[in-house]
Amino acid sequence: MRVRITFAKTDLMRFTGHLDLHRAWERLIRRAGLPLAYSQGFSPHPRINLASALPLGFTSDCELVDIWLEQEITTEEIRLALAQAAPPGILILVVVPVDDRLPALQTVVEASEFSVTFLDPADDLDARCLSMMAAESLPRHWRSKPYDLRQLILDLRLLPDDDQGHRRMQVTLSAREGATGRPEEVIAALGTIPESTRVHRERLIFKETVLAAG
Amino acid sequence: MVTPSEIQSRLERILPGVQKPGRYTGGELNQVVKDWEAISTRVALIFPDLYDLGMSNLGMTILYELINQRADSLAERAYSPWTDMEEALRESQLPLYSLETKHPLAAFDILGFSLPYETLYTNTLNVLDLAGIPIFSAERTEAHPLVIAGGHAAYNPEPMHAFIDAFVIGEGEEVIQEIIDAHQAWKRQGTPRIELLRALARIWGVYVPALYRDFYHPDGTFSHLEKLIEEAPLPVIKRIVARLPPPPTRFIVPYIDTVHNRIPVEIMRGCTRGCRFCHAGMITRPVRERPVDEILAGIEAGLQHTGYEEVGLLSLSSSDYTHILELVKAVSEKFAGRHLNVSLPSLRIESFSVELMDALQDTRRSGFTLAPEAATERMREIINKPVSTEQLLETARAIYARGWSNIKLYFMIGHPSETIEDVQAIADLCRAVLAEGRSVIGKRAQVTAGVSTFIPKPHTPFQWVSCDTMEQIRLKQALLKEKLRGPGLKLNWNAPEETLLEAWLSRGDRRMAEVIYQAWKRGAKFDAWGEHFRFTVWQEAFQAVGLDPAFYTHRERPIDETFPWEHISTTVRKKFLTEDYLWSLQGRTRVDCRERCFACGILPTFAELRRQNPGEVWQCPEVKSKRVQLQELIPVSQVVAGDFSSQ
Repeated sequence: MRVRITFAKTDLMRFTGHLDLHRAWERLIRRAGLPLAYSQGFSPHPRINLASALPLGFTSDCELVDIWLEQEITTEEIRLALAQAAPPGILILVVVPVDDRLPALQTVVEASEFSVTFLDPADDLDARCLSMMAAESLPRHWRSKPYDLRQLILDLRLLPDDDQGHRRMQVTLSAREGATGRPEEVIAALGTIPESTRVHRERLIFKETVLAAG
Repeated sequence: MVTPSEIQSRLERILPGVQKPGRYTGGELNQVVKDWEAISTRVALIFPDLYDLGMSNLGMTILYELINQRADSLAERAYSPWTDMEEALRESQLPLYSLETKHPLAAFDILGFSLPYETLYTNTLNVLDLAGIPIFSAERTEAHPLVIAGGHAAYNPEPMHAFIDAFVIGEGEEVIQEIIDAHQAWKRQGTPRIELLRALARIWGVYVPALYRDFYHPDGTFSHLEKLIEEAPLPVIKRIVARLPPPPTRFIVPYIDTVHNRIPVEIMRGCTRGCRFCHAGMITRPVRERPVDEILAGIEAGLQHTGYEEVGLLSLSSSDYTHILELVKAVSEKFAGRHLNVSLPSLRIESFSVELMDALQDTRRSGFTLAPEAATERMREIINKPVSTEQLLETARAIYARGWSNIKLYFMIGHPSETIEDVQAIADLCRAVLAEGRSVIGKRAQVTAGVSTFIPKPHTPFQWVSCDTMEQIRLKQALLKEKLRGPGLKLNWNAPEETLLEAWLSRGDRRMAEVIYQAWKRGAKFDAWGEHFRFTVWQEAFQAVGLDPAFYTHRERPIDETFPWEHISTTVRKKFLTEDYLWSLQGRTRVDCRERCFACGILPTFAELRRQNPGEVWQCPEVKSKRVQLQELIPVSQVVAGDFSSQ
């Protein structure tokens, strides 16, 4: 059976990269004693499919993973087993069965919505955001390849300050294959060092949702 | 002192900017966090290399579990930060901290360093410096933690004598408890630090270098060591446990990928083979085996706690474990269908090994490793690893026939009396193995030759011999690189500079401490990492101290030379080592000592322990009669000292 799990990646788990998160999931399912399915063939791989890589250092409570199990088990049993075996920093939120014929998660992600908290004072944030959004293009380099960041920013708006008075904003970035915006690039383009911010993924936006909203 | 919460909050800004921040966060599954304030003895276990390596160290895991099982003690972990993290820590004036509670290392009662290999020495100094603790033992006061160290490299503690307050010689499972007890008693009494050191010296297996002085002959060779107080033991006898305690099972599961992500289960400690180059084989005697049931239970519990996909059945020579076939069959039956990879390293060169690997039903069949160590029968007799070339080729045929396409062959160059023909023979043998592979599976067959350079180690029958010079190593490696070219062949080798560093440090004396200090002062660290190791820094350090590195490496020692590590007794007698060395010069071999006891010295020393643990637990012959009481031997001096000097 194919199961879709919504989970939070918080706390120290934010320093676990995408590949390591994949391994963490395999171990979590094995500890939970669930009959994880493996691919056939010479070197069997666990059937685990993460929706969209979350850059190192960021937290989230809307991560999605599909896993395949060799037996039918109630979602409540799965949820309990996973919750008990979860490592610090992974919180199991929702477990639902899904149709095995649905396309792979990573092919249907359209965009990601992030909230950014500025730990240092950022008085002129409004002006900086405005001028960035007004720009026609924002030429930048990622791993020495040039690209236009502006085209990847779908939306940007300021949020109310948090209870400690830190400035906050919300940014929606394209997350299509080959066109993925990185929040730390937006932060850098605003003239702030990424280490002085906290980034949290609030929402994954799927193709259907985008169409429905449009 | 900076508080844990300050460290924690400063880390928030530092971690996002360093490579692999998961190395520095702690908080992993199965870590143990105890109430700091409610605990009387706090121990920081430190592996002075990168987290990625240190997390796979079984010794650290064993001690972590044992200390944390005590209600009155806690153990936390620390590792060497990579250079980017070190820079960040120094820049923000943060001390090195423990992963569990972020306490500065200076806040602990005891710092316990793991020293499995010599190239961690400069990192040890660097960790002390990052912790803000005086580098030199003599400069520490009652306000500083006690700095102890153990591990295989500690069997020659002298190069590090100036930096470590007390060394654990041998196995740590029991002695760590006694060290903690002694520390607690000392803390209650509130006496000067020297009293703690005196108390530690009375514990079997503990060496306190400050209680001794070294003397040299006019030609620079070592003369002797004198104790400065009467109760200091001479020699210091290594500590062993009579039976292996149940294996640890609550392995910490890192957030990031590390060197080995697996459950390591020690199936046996020690080795009966007697390979003359092998440090581990000489210092870890006697052979003690763990029962099959205990191993299976350990794996099961380990899997439940970690979810790992791999188990490593560890020993120095897996094939020699008495119930190896039973164990392998039980493992593959019990864990069938659970997608578990089982690694079984150190197999003998015989077709039975192929059957064993086959029984494990390892579907990967990636590579099969054999370690002939030398390529001619003459050379293998000298090193006492007698295997016929025909047997090796036959085993290779069986391996290829059972589905493996790559055979990894481990060799060493630089064995005593090696000629260029013996080196050429390595290439010839690799080609012969490849030819066997081609005849069985055609062009898919591969041979990977791993050729390291032999480093003579203390306490082995080869402790007298000269290590190859840079020129000799280069010449031999050039020959191999030329001869081992072509399809299906791959060659790996070590940088000769790294070999020489390890060789200097391995057989160093107390004067070497200043060289280590000078090298560290000049920036030496992560010497085991090619990208950081700087040979010239070490050459400068030798020059600054006025010592000749060649004295330590390229000198065949006279048979009657006294060595600076002789006060450390592995209980394998020098008389036995001398005889074995002389036998090697004649090409005489010894059979496995399970077949015949050669009286290496283990049994006379530990007769009482053996008598109390009869049967299969030990692989030494049984001792029936009541002989010398162990209690009389330890704390040591007279009885054993007499025995020792009579050789």
